[in-house]
Amino acid sequence: MENNIDWKKYLIVFLITASLFLTALYLSNYFSNKKINDIKSIQDNIAINILSSETQFSLLSELSCKNISGSLLSAEISELGSKLEWGKDNLGSADEVSYLKKYYSLLQIKDYLLTKKISERCKVKSAFILYFYIPKEVCPECEKQAIVLSALRDKYPELRVYSFDYSIDLSAVKAMLDIYKIKDTELPALVLDDELLTGFHDIEDLELRVQKSFKLQEAEPEELNEGEDKKEGNSN
Amino acid sequence: MDMVSISSIIFYVLIFLCIYIQVFLYVTFFENRKGFTIRKKTIHLSKYPLVTIIIPCWNEEKTVASTVDSVLGLNYPRNNVRIILVDDGSTDNTWNEILKFKDRKNVKILHKENGGKYTALNLGLEHVETEFVGCLDADSKAHPESLVRIMSYFEKDSMLMSVASSVIASHPQNIVQSAQRPEYYLTAFAKKLLGFLNGIFVVPGPLTIFKKEVFDKLGPYRYAHNSEDMEITYRMQKNHYKIDQCHDAYVYTNTPPTILKLYKQRLRWVYGSINNLIDYRELLFKKTHGNFSFFTLPMITISIISASYLLGRIVYTLGNYAHSKFLQFKLIGFNISYASNFFDPFFLNMRPIFFIIVLFYFFNIFSIVVGRKMIEGKWHLSVDMIYFFAIFSVCVPIWFFNAILDTVISRKPSWR
Repeated sequence: MENNIDWKKYLIVFLITASLFLTALYLSNYFSNKKINDIKSIQDNIAINILSSETQFSLLSELSCKNISGSLLSAEISELGSKLEWGKDNLGSADEVSYLKKYYSLLQIKDYLLTKKISERCKVKSAFILYFYIPKEVCPECEKQAIVLSALRDKYPELRVYSFDYSIDLSAVKAMLDIYKIKDTELPALVLDDELLTGFHDIEDLELRVQKSFKLQEAEPEELNEGEDKKEGNSN
Repeated sequence: MDMVSISSIIFYVLIFLCIYIQVFLYVTFFENRKGFTIRKKTIHLSKYPLVTIIIPCWNEEKTVASTVDSVLGLNYPRNNVRIILVDDGSTDNTWNEILKFKDRKNVKILHKENGGKYTALNLGLEHVETEFVGCLDADSKAHPESLVRIMSYFEKDSMLMSVASSVIASHPQNIVQSAQRPEYYLTAFAKKLLGFLNGIFVVPGPLTIFKKEVFDKLGPYRYAHNSEDMEITYRMQKNHYKIDQCHDAYVYTNTPPTILKLYKQRLRWVYGSINNLIDYRELLFKKTHGNFSFFTLPMITISIISASYLLGRIVYTLGNYAHSKFLQFKLIGFNISYASNFFDPFFLNMRPIFFIIVLFYFFNIFSIVVGRKMIEGKWHLSVDMIYFFAIFSVCVPIWFFNAILDTVISRKPSWR
């Protein structure tokens, strides 16, 4: 019986299969890098925008609020956030992604400080939530909280949510943790109008608080508002 | 190492082996690409040996007559073909249908109490007096040229003990049957390639011709977990009996018309595969048994494991998805949508597995197209393939998984 096994063929097939696999790895790597570059360019874009807004703000702050532009980065920042979050699970290079995440956290803090300043001075209707979390595998409540916050942000464009990974190794984030005295046992943690809220908060509860935060601003002294109107009239 | 990465490693190893199998078959294809011609001219044999065709019937009142007619219409000297019709205790009108043929020359009809297909075949075998014997399922029809094309293989190679034909799905009546058509092309192609490798693992019920001495020397059909055709093949391989696949001998078989019937048929096939593999496990990786033991049997093993693993993964992924949707619904209700990210190509997952799955589909489409070319002689792309991928991607893992489950808990699947 001719039952000779052609070992060479088995080997050649192995090599072909292996090269197909390597090609797949290469392609995957190529696209991962493209995506990381994509994230980087969004970040650079945001960084330039923030820097430009800051500069504009310091140049023009005494004159007019009308001219402050480019600070409405909320959509861009949240897009970047979701891409980074997805990248953490799906892009191979973990180091690169975690580096980008630090940069992202810094940009968020800068945006927060600047937007807050602008909204105080120019009476822009706005509310801010700082959100601290750890990965959903160890904190199922955080996963729920993130869903609620995304929904809220979609409903209120004036609401800005900044999310920070509790365990990130970045001194600026650590400073915030110190300021608000956030402990890892109390996550998820939210800061809204300088008030610390720990544990999960449902959408109704947060919605009330956000609306209250909007009202607080409207209740501020009226003279300023009048001045504001005049300015607006002038610039028109 | 956590569970997720162990699971990914298993996944990649399995995928690697699956691609290996595909590549192996393609290399075989390119080695033998000249062996796929269809013999359109009438074949003349130097002699036409006597052949008996056994047709076992169990509740086949609608199809048995046309099956017999197809044998009577074979392009083979009429006096050299004998037919044995065995009614395996049908409860419908099958026996009356069979009786219509009782006066035909060279047709013998037998009736017995119901005992399963293998018992009907064995009763038929007891009445065979010819050098060659074939079996033809009562729901199938043989192409007029099929027998002479098969017999030409025996004439060419005196070592051959059995030759199987290309099983084609009969004209489809609905989507479920259309979906099965490409699969039959795929199988026909793969089996032809296994024929080149001496690694055929099943000589199927719809038309296979044996030398009678196979049964004289190896004994009759066995119950073999309701897959007697696979068992006899394993037994022949074990005894170094040569088997080939005649790709241009066509037999048209009726395919299950509903998903449930398809599921039952496949559950039986897969269950048979698993259990015959277990029964003949000593043949795995035996140098003496060539490609059958180094390629075919590992291939079956890997298919069984991968399909069930795949089911696990699909269930896990769907479960995760359902969980997150449920959470969203519970927390924020239906009306708020934040699906704006869905069309951003950024979120297309480009992990290595993505490319490998693309490759896998490409391989399968190629096999279907080549298989169809091998059978029909022309290149064809059809919508059937879409039905095929849609139905089989979902169903295959399920019946593989259930067949394993049945094996583990020793529950026997029913025939129909």
